[in-house]
Amino acid sequence: MIVKRMRETSDFSNNLSLRQRSGKYWRIAFLAATIIGILALSALIINIVDSVLGYVIVDSKINPATLAVNGIELEEQSSEQWIQLLKDNLSSGALKKLEEERPLLERSRKDLYFLIETRVLRYEVLETWSLYDSLFRKAEIVNEYLSIKKDYPGAQLQFKSWINGDLVVRSQSSEASTAGIRTAVLGSLWTILFTILFAFPLGVGAAIYLEEYARDNWLNRLIQTNINNLAGVPSIIYGILGLAIFVRALEPLTSGALFGFVDPTTANGRTVISAGLTLGLLVLPLIIINAQEAIRAVPQSLRKASYGLGATKWQTIWAHVLPNALPGILTGTILAISRAIGETAPLVVVGASTAITFDPSTPFSKFTTLPIQIYQWTSRPQSEWRHLAAATIIFLLVLLLCLNAAAILLRNRFEKKY
Amino acid sequence: MNLISPVLETHNLNIYYGDFRAVTDVNIQIPRHKITAIIGPSGCGKSTLLRAFNRMNELVPNTHIEGEIIFEGQNLYGRDIDPVEVRYRIGMVFQKPNPFPKSIYENVAWAARIHGYRGNLDELVESSLTKAALWDEVKDILKQSALSLSGGQQQRLCIARAIAVQPEVILMDEPASALDPIATLKIEELMQSLKKDYTIVIVTHNMQQAARASDYTSMMMLAENTRSGTVIEFEETNTLFTRPKDKRTEDYVTGRFG
Amino acid sequence: MNYGYPIRNKGLQKKIKPGETVIHVLLFLAGFISIFTTIGIVFVLGKDAWLFFRLPEVNLWDFLTGTSWQPHINKFGILPLFTSTLLTTAIAMTIAIPLGLAAAIYLSEYASQKARKIIKPTLELLAGIPTIVYGYFALTMVTPLLRSIFGANIVEIYNTGSAGLVMGILILPLVASICEDSLSAVPRTLRDAAYGLGATKLEVAIKIVLPAALSGISAAIILGITRAIGETMIVAVAAGAGPNLTLNPFKGAETMTGHIVRISGGDLSYDSIDYNSIFAIGLFLFLITLVLNIISQRIVRKYREVYE
Repeated sequence: MIVKRMRETSDFSNNLSLRQRSGKYWRIAFLAATIIGILALSALIINIVDSVLGYVIVDSKINPATLAVNGIELEEQSSEQWIQLLKDNLSSGALKKLEEERPLLERSRKDLYFLIETRVLRYEVLETWSLYDSLFRKAEIVNEYLSIKKDYPGAQLQFKSWINGDLVVRSQSSEASTAGIRTAVLGSLWTILFTILFAFPLGVGAAIYLEEYARDNWLNRLIQTNINNLAGVPSIIYGILGLAIFVRALEPLTSGALFGFVDPTTANGRTVISAGLTLGLLVLPLIIINAQEAIRAVPQSLRKASYGLGATKWQTIWAHVLPNALPGILTGTILAISRAIGETAPLVVVGASTAITFDPSTPFSKFTTLPIQIYQWTSRPQSEWRHLAAATIIFLLVLLLCLNAAAILLRNRFEKKY
Repeated sequence: MNLISPVLETHNLNIYYGDFRAVTDVNIQIPRHKITAIIGPSGCGKSTLLRAFNRMNELVPNTHIEGEIIFEGQNLYGRDIDPVEVRYRIGMVFQKPNPFPKSIYENVAWAARIHGYRGNLDELVESSLTKAALWDEVKDILKQSALSLSGGQQQRLCIARAIAVQPEVILMDEPASALDPIATLKIEELMQSLKKDYTIVIVTHNMQQAARASDYTSMMMLAENTRSGTVIEFEETNTLFTRPKDKRTEDYVTGRFG
Repeated sequence: MNYGYPIRNKGLQKKIKPGETVIHVLLFLAGFISIFTTIGIVFVLGKDAWLFFRLPEVNLWDFLTGTSWQPHINKFGILPLFTSTLLTTAIAMTIAIPLGLAAAIYLSEYASQKARKIIKPTLELLAGIPTIVYGYFALTMVTPLLRSIFGANIVEIYNTGSAGLVMGILILPLVASICEDSLSAVPRTLRDAAYGLGATKLEVAIKIVLPAALSGISAAIILGITRAIGETMIVAVAAGAGPNLTLNPFKGAETMTGHIVRISGGDLSYDSIDYNSIFAIGLFLFLITLVLNIISQRIVRKYREVYE
């Protein structure tokens, strides 16, 4: 009470309640901003899930029911019957090509059935709906189906999950209902393999140099500044660099021609190894910076103890610094690698292939990767490709989530013990 | 004071951090198989001087020395001297126990291994831990992490680790300052038993410790005008504590300092 | 005193340790690779850009000031590409700066320890999603949304507005995360001093903590801008294919990065004018981001001097 009276008679205005109220409003505004950020993530996920499940109308050129022989359904027939079916329905040229890839008799049942689906039955997606529509507009969908059925008597209405076991197993196809991402998954794995082989040893080596060896002189400061700058260069610039250096200037190397290696599927340097090295250059600064932090976190007392025993610099680094920095280095590397797995732009510039049906099998193969596949499918106007792109996104996100989780687990498991 | 056969001998030793001269004109001789204490108020360059004896100073950027330190007839700072070799022969125990985050066994065995020890490692580990008065406490848990030991045990492990390399001199930088009184006492007893094999130089801020445990004492003090540390008196411990020649030493050892 | 060890040198002389030297040299080379990368970028971009500008159809002045980019009739003015880059960046930053900063203030000044532990990794997760996924999001969700709000006849299917908005969402967590770091780095004592004078929580946050963290925040904003200018896949998917000098966010317009991706997406033949032009655009892009990078590093360095 006394305080209040003093305030009333003083030069200070009694504005505390006003100040507190505006504080409350701003607090709500700050919270709202945070929530918007999280809502954006939710919207993104919901949007993708919405596209991954839903009704589709598919039609086949030949109704599978008409292919039953002696009452045995198509799916239950023997491989020999299937091969006969293929021979009856395919041109001799197409058959010959298939036999060259791999003789039909040696193919698995799954593979054969895939051929029947794509070459004989030739499924075609006529119409697709999102999950939301499928759940809440069932009546409209049925009406639409009935009207389409007039023109396509064989059309079927199915509830389809675009992400399914077959997606990962199947290769590219010109028809959305039978297309898969096997080639892209393998392409991503091959590419990342070379990224790791290139960037991990170099990155850790550079970090060791900068933290343990480099004196404070202009050259080493230049190297450090330069690495920080490189981390901020847009990824597409790395693509241009990769195009000029790996694809073009080093073509004899990256196409494999120098090693007398002529992959029938490649004719130039737009290969797995070029892509891997380009991404390697891209993540190198990230790996270096992360590894530097991990090395810096190793307490100085360990180094002193080691030197005090008469160990050389490398003995100290190898026996004490690296083992203690390793979890941090690996965590940083995994994060950098997950960045590389999601990169699209540099690989478009380096020349990812638009359509390949062959799996990459050597460093000198043509390639496509998961993000490239998403990009291409997203860019197509027909809605069924968007659904496929969404399914691929889910696959990619789950993969990245696993990597991130691994990084976090690694970090927690080896939390500082000194 | 001139000793017949000192292990270490400094001649006009100056130590610099960048442009700052931290230690000025030190001329002392470290006697063989004795414990030499370096005492003085904090910030007077005791640890800096100690670390100069096995070139650990070089790990701090921008340090350099003038003058020389003679070890077995050779200048430790000579042009072609290898600091790694120096540290192999002159070991060190640090202020805070700093065992490697490895097993107890590995802590002792590691340095022996890198120096190409050809004897039986198990025996070396046992004898080193025994000399460090730690064997009985850890013989059943050799595979456990060294970090599971108490602070006092960790420090004795660090001593065992240092003697496993069989150096000629062991430098100890306030080895008991982070420990409780009982652990401190154990370290002091340990030093007594080690001195028949090793020359020990110990930095301490604890005068009772120097008086109890050392044979010789070197008193350091900051020069008033330059803020740079130097040795003002070097004597047998008894003499220095009972009949100090320098007024400043007397003030310090009788607690009138500052 | 020498039991078990190899005979020791009587002297302390350096032994030749070739292993140590080899390792030192190898590690130095690993560090030096990064310099080669930069030299590579500058050389590659510079060389082909030089070839581009030497062509009779092209000159630098027209490149910088021309208002039309139509390679088939030899018009190479970068302004339409540059303007749409600026437009998408501006839209993105209009979203990312206020929201990112507000989220950062909430996290560092208001949120409980527990909330922060959940929200911050979530935001960082958002930052780890590949940009092509954001591109998909822009095209399949945000664009239809804009079209249903403003009318399908006003908003084109490909438009810079949608791309810019989604780019803002992409950059928001980046800005929030770095701003939060620099707000948290402001010493407690500063806050206590203000509270001790009777300031409210908002006043402490806005008038004391925010100014103290300003350099870190500016660095975050510049980093965000760099990111937006270099961002490629969102604009490649959603902003439209075709240079268009317009500031209308509802129209399609190709950005610099979008153009590079589209041109190089096809089978580009070496030394064609198109091939060389992407290097010229790339060089332009690289120089802009380099300048921004240097500015932000300057700011960060200054900020370090304040607190350490």
